[in-house]
Amino acid sequence: MVKYSLRRLLGAIPTLMVVVVLAFLLVHAAPGGPFDSERVLPEAIKQNIDKYYHLDEPLPQQFFRYISNVVRGDFGPSYRYRDHTVTQLIAGSLPISILLGSLAMLLAVVVGIAAGTVAALRQNSVVDRVVMAFAMTGISIPVFVIAPVLVLFLAVKLQWLPAGWSGSTGAARLLLPVIALALPQIAYIARLTRASMIDVLASPFIRTARAQGLGTYAVIRYHALKPAMLPIVSYMGPAIAGILTGSVVVEQIFGIPGVGQFFVTGALNRDYTLVLGIVIVYAVMIVTMNLIADLIYGVIDPRVRYR
Amino acid sequence: MVLWLLVVACGTENVGQSDSTLHRGLGTDPESLDAQKACSVQAANLLRDIGEGLLAYSADGQLVAAAAERWEIADDGLTYTFTIRADARWSNGDPLTATHFVLGLRRLVNPANAAFYANTITDIVNAAAIIASDMSADELGVAAIDAQTLRIELTQPVPYLLSLLTHPSTFPAHSKLGNVDTANSARSLLSNGAYKLLSWEPGSLLRLQRNEHYWNNAATAIDLVHYHVIVEETVELNRYRAGELHTTDNVPPENFAAIKEKRGDELRISQYLGTYYFGFNLTRPPFKNNPHLRQALSMAMDRDVLVEKITGRGESAAYSWVPPGTDNYAPPQLSYTNLEQEERNAIARSLYHQAGYSDDNPVQVELRYNTSNTQRRIALAVQAMWREALGFEATLVGEEFQVLLTNIREAQITEIFRGSWIGDYNDAATFLNLLLSNNPANMMGYASEEYDSLMQRAAAQVEPRRRRLYLEEAERALLADHAIMPVYFYVSKHLVRPEVRGWEDNVLDYHYSQHLSLDVAQ
Repeated sequence: MVKYSLRRLLGAIPTLMVVVVLAFLLVHAAPGGPFDSERVLPEAIKQNIDKYYHLDEPLPQQFFRYISNVVRGDFGPSYRYRDHTVTQLIAGSLPISILLGSLAMLLAVVVGIAAGTVAALRQNSVVDRVVMAFAMTGISIPVFVIAPVLVLFLAVKLQWLPAGWSGSTGAARLLLPVIALALPQIAYIARLTRASMIDVLASPFIRTARAQGLGTYAVIRYHALKPAMLPIVSYMGPAIAGILTGSVVVEQIFGIPGVGQFFVTGALNRDYTLVLGIVIVYAVMIVTMNLIADLIYGVIDPRVRYR
Repeated sequence: MVLWLLVVACGTENVGQSDSTLHRGLGTDPESLDAQKACSVQAANLLRDIGEGLLAYSADGQLVAAAAERWEIADDGLTYTFTIRADARWSNGDPLTATHFVLGLRRLVNPANAAFYANTITDIVNAAAIIASDMSADELGVAAIDAQTLRIELTQPVPYLLSLLTHPSTFPAHSKLGNVDTANSARSLLSNGAYKLLSWEPGSLLRLQRNEHYWNNAATAIDLVHYHVIVEETVELNRYRAGELHTTDNVPPENFAAIKEKRGDELRISQYLGTYYFGFNLTRPPFKNNPHLRQALSMAMDRDVLVEKITGRGESAAYSWVPPGTDNYAPPQLSYTNLEQEERNAIARSLYHQAGYSDDNPVQVELRYNTSNTQRRIALAVQAMWREALGFEATLVGEEFQVLLTNIREAQITEIFRGSWIGDYNDAATFLNLLLSNNPANMMGYASEEYDSLMQRAAAQVEPRRRRLYLEEAERALLADHAIMPVYFYVSKHLVRPEVRGWEDNVLDYHYSQHLSLDVAQ
């Protein structure tokens, strides 16, 4: 498994290179530059700024300068946040995104699997219908609707929780964003679990287990749960990466200084280095998450072998 | 989950509970807190709290002495001598001297620092040559005569120099400034204002603390100021309603009517030095050498409908380029200002025909704007007004802001574009200079010898009344050319809680935290 992991990680390097080159070309191809505004600068001042940030060099030279710095762990200065380096911005925002994402995923997995299992066991009952109705609602209502509703009700009306990140410290500011991030995931996981659990419960080995006189709890706990989790695990890899990288909306609504917000600000302001730095981090995260999902697959499915 | 909710509910910070911290909405993050490198409105707002120039503004927007206690201006208007306060200090207790102002201004023009606002002081002796790397920054026409005396020499009179010297780019620089790393240790940022930076969490929060070394510290009422970075206006409104902010940076258009009804006492709308306009590409047909067409479009645009029905936040229709409220200036008005819209439309139609267009021979033009809800609604309304009044067909093109800017600058495909201009200082020149033929920011491509020469004559005037007459004459020429379509004048919009005292509306929209206090009894 170690050998397999190493091989996968090494295999990811060319992928990352392609991602970096493409991203570099794309951000530079976007019209406008990092220092353009309605206040067009006098030529002499513009030249000074371009020189300061090496933007006066030919593109290939800029690329090699950038790559050689990245290899040394230096993502360069941010053009939008001029007092900060890209490394500082990512180092400050990534832990916040990871914390929020992991809490949301944890909540989603626990609630989603429980709800899905209950629905599968009581297939076509009222409980099943209610759970699936909730899941359907969770999937169809976008987060930019759910999040403001949560804010209006729990923060503005009842004033139980802070409406925004910078308004408080500690656990209070995590709750609403975590719920907002988790809700759609809970819905997906509940639906996946239900479908997969119904499949598994109909298989011959479950019938055998039941025939041996095992109770429902034991059948689920020792026989059905593990195989039923396979689709969830394959879903989780990309989902975790997605929740870590794609929480821009939630970050904006709650004013959370996570990676997503910097990504959007960076892109809109043509902050080349910031966008590239975050693309690299995202790419690494997605590759790693997919690898972890594959490894977990092997742990719970005895038919999978790594070579 | 319920338990967590109960536990965390106790940890919520509410503005009502803390009496010595002022919570302010900021909008976006400042790009830098280095006074000479910053350029955004947000950065300037913060820098006015943590730094101080030779002069500053009072709460109601009057120029007042700040780090300099007095100054003398030579009769020819070319030499300014400032006396720095003996009790002025940096946040670490070091005395603030004239040398620090010399360092600050040299930093501003030194090409190595790549300062955006370097051109604010191009009229100081040798500044332009230093920016162009033709001279060393040490040769700037600024000198520390002694620790308390600073002399600034100009190449031509700059009647608004005193208001320029309130701008953060002209703030002093400490000799240790070069070593400061605000990102890693905000506390090490040396500043000379009423507050000092305590921490900066990009994308979230900037915390300021009273600077006990500030010369006028006794007058500062609030100990801590938190600037909350909140990009979305509706999010900011929710945070205000949740009691997390004392003041907001803006008020969203969507909820404006409801806010006005429910929180009318907290709503602060004030005139602001900013103009929203539509620009023509004057370098290409159909607008090049076509004043009739330009005037027809300008006249057929019903500005009252735009400000009442579309923007609706107290903006006023614009019939001049320079906004009202500008110091020592009475903006001339467009020739048709006093006509009813019906009459304007009739004249517009005849001008349209004189320009050679008709229903059978219409002109197809693209109107570009940066994609946002308000911009789109304005563009749609204007398109309909032109169609109805003239039969003129404008195609709307919404573009991302940077794409729009690139297109406008290249002036190849743009025909009509939306723009806005916000004054950097309270003087008509900040608006009128934009239309000078040699100004790179003149994106219309307006080039008029008459206008340029009037502006030059104004620039050479020491006597304020005569200068004003030349400036007004220049704007009259500009408006007669219909080189630009002013649409409306911006207003500043804030929500301010009743317990905040000392907030006064002013055209610059400057609200120094040191002028504010919190009434705990409220």
